[in-house]
Amino acid sequence: MRKLLNVLYVTTPDAFLAKDGENLVVRLQDKEVFRTPIHYLEGIVTFGYMGSSPALLGLCAERGVSLTFLNEHGKFLASVSGPVKGNVLLRRKQYRMADSAGDCTKLAARFIMGKIANSRTVLRRFISDHGDKCNLSRIERISKGLAKNIVKVSNATSLEEIRGIEGETARDYFSVFDDMILNQKESFFMKERSRRPPMDKVNALLSFFYTLLVNENRSALEAVGLDPYVGFLHRDRPGRPGLALDLMEEFRPYLADRLALNLINRRQITGEDFVKKESGGVILKEEARKTVLEAWQKRKRDELTHPYLNEKIPVGLLPYAQALLLSRYLRGDLDDYPPFVWK
Amino acid sequence: MMNYDTYDDDSLLMLSGIQHFAFCERQWALIHIENLWEENIRTVEGKQLHDRVDDPYFTETRNSVKVERSVPLVSRSLGLYGVADVIEYYQDSGSDDSLKIIIIEYKRGKPKPDDRDEVQLCAQAICLEEMLGLKIDYGYFFYGETRHRYRVDFNEVLRARVKQLATRMHNLYERGVTPPAVKDKRCKGCSMVDLCIPALAKKRNVADNYLKRLVKEAEEESAGE
Repeated sequence: MRKLLNVLYVTTPDAFLAKDGENLVVRLQDKEVFRTPIHYLEGIVTFGYMGSSPALLGLCAERGVSLTFLNEHGKFLASVSGPVKGNVLLRRKQYRMADSAGDCTKLAARFIMGKIANSRTVLRRFISDHGDKCNLSRIERISKGLAKNIVKVSNATSLEEIRGIEGETARDYFSVFDDMILNQKESFFMKERSRRPPMDKVNALLSFFYTLLVNENRSALEAVGLDPYVGFLHRDRPGRPGLALDLMEEFRPYLADRLALNLINRRQITGEDFVKKESGGVILKEEARKTVLEAWQKRKRDELTHPYLNEKIPVGLLPYAQALLLSRYLRGDLDDYPPFVWK
Repeated sequence: MMNYDTYDDDSLLMLSGIQHFAFCERQWALIHIENLWEENIRTVEGKQLHDRVDDPYFTETRNSVKVERSVPLVSRSLGLYGVADVIEYYQDSGSDDSLKIIIIEYKRGKPKPDDRDEVQLCAQAICLEEMLGLKIDYGYFFYGETRHRYRVDFNEVLRARVKQLATRMHNLYERGVTPPAVKDKRCKGCSMVDLCIPALAKKRNVADNYLKRLVKEAEEESAGE
């Protein structure tokens, strides 16, 4: 597997990104505050309004460093990418399969099997780590239900059916999410998943992580030459990266949910780190974003043995590894797609 | 005279690919069919470019020898196009055959354990033969590491091998087929290994092992206890 490089997150809205030779330079009020050789970077993600010099855009495109601009709420604005990678045969195959109900059902089932299996592992891990402090029987019951749903999805014959099982699974899983919050319960509670907007702090934190995940998955798919906008489970919606959303399903529980729980339970993040808007929507404060991003970066450097490849890789390369396996399945190297399943 | 017009411009493949192909068909396919990661192509091609080290021999000019570098080549019969490093044109005084041509490839390394260098040189010779309408019996490699000039005879066996490789390259390319991974000693030092995942050679079967196991475990848990 290739090496994992760093993603630089820039959260200061009045920063300006520029190129100096082979280096990326970040300036604040014309003062240089940060500098790094471009070849140390995998990508750059900016939050809020940022300036960037055209020369830097060119350098990123040329070196295959993804440069992504998000607004302050993490909404995708634009990204810079170089010449399209990969090959036309792979993308044609992707489009043909996306037009075939059978192929969509098969792949959607794989992504969701991975997601449910990993959601279940989150619950089971929690039971083995903290079984003495929580409502054990309820979590165990839900965990068993998820196991049933893995079997159901593996036998599903239509996308509708898969979406139905997935919806039910998500409701069940999030119904015990609150049980896994052990500290700061007065600030952090969860009744159900709310997205637009997130209505409480836990949802705001989850949404923030999912935003990071979708960007990493989009870059990973582009790196192997797949089109992130044409999914199998997620229907085409202009501007929505359907395949990136498909691929990240496996990682939501393992990467985002657990990290959110850890930050809360270890008090690395507190109720003070959020703002409630008049509309009722909740967002993460800018300073807290740094804490969360540091935790995210640290998590990406952890190593694990990939369950299918049987190779030690950094967690941060998981989206890339799965994108690569997906592309090899589409090109006929594999007879099926092996979702990432964490034990 | 043979009719060479078998491949049209659109069907030509890169001649430099024949050495990837002779080394490993999948490596060639990943580079030339899958177009994986230009950086890796650059790594692979770059290695060859770096092989082209200027040699003191090179600046020597002798009487009546014309030396050309980076000569564009094409063979309609093989369906390959490319560039030759160095070609020396001798005015042959010993016979009425007025022109003798010697192709020289400069390589930084040492001779390879397989015939990938020989087929590349021979393919170049076949291009020149077609373009100039004459016969070329041999050419040379100059290996920087061994400081050794190495003669390659373009005999019938080698020519047949080149033709066979080129035909198979075209066949795979037209069908858009990337051959399956084979894990062996060649994978050591192959620049495409991370994208090839030779481990897949043994694990092509996902459905019957990996996925079945996942479902079986879920079945056991939902039925058990």
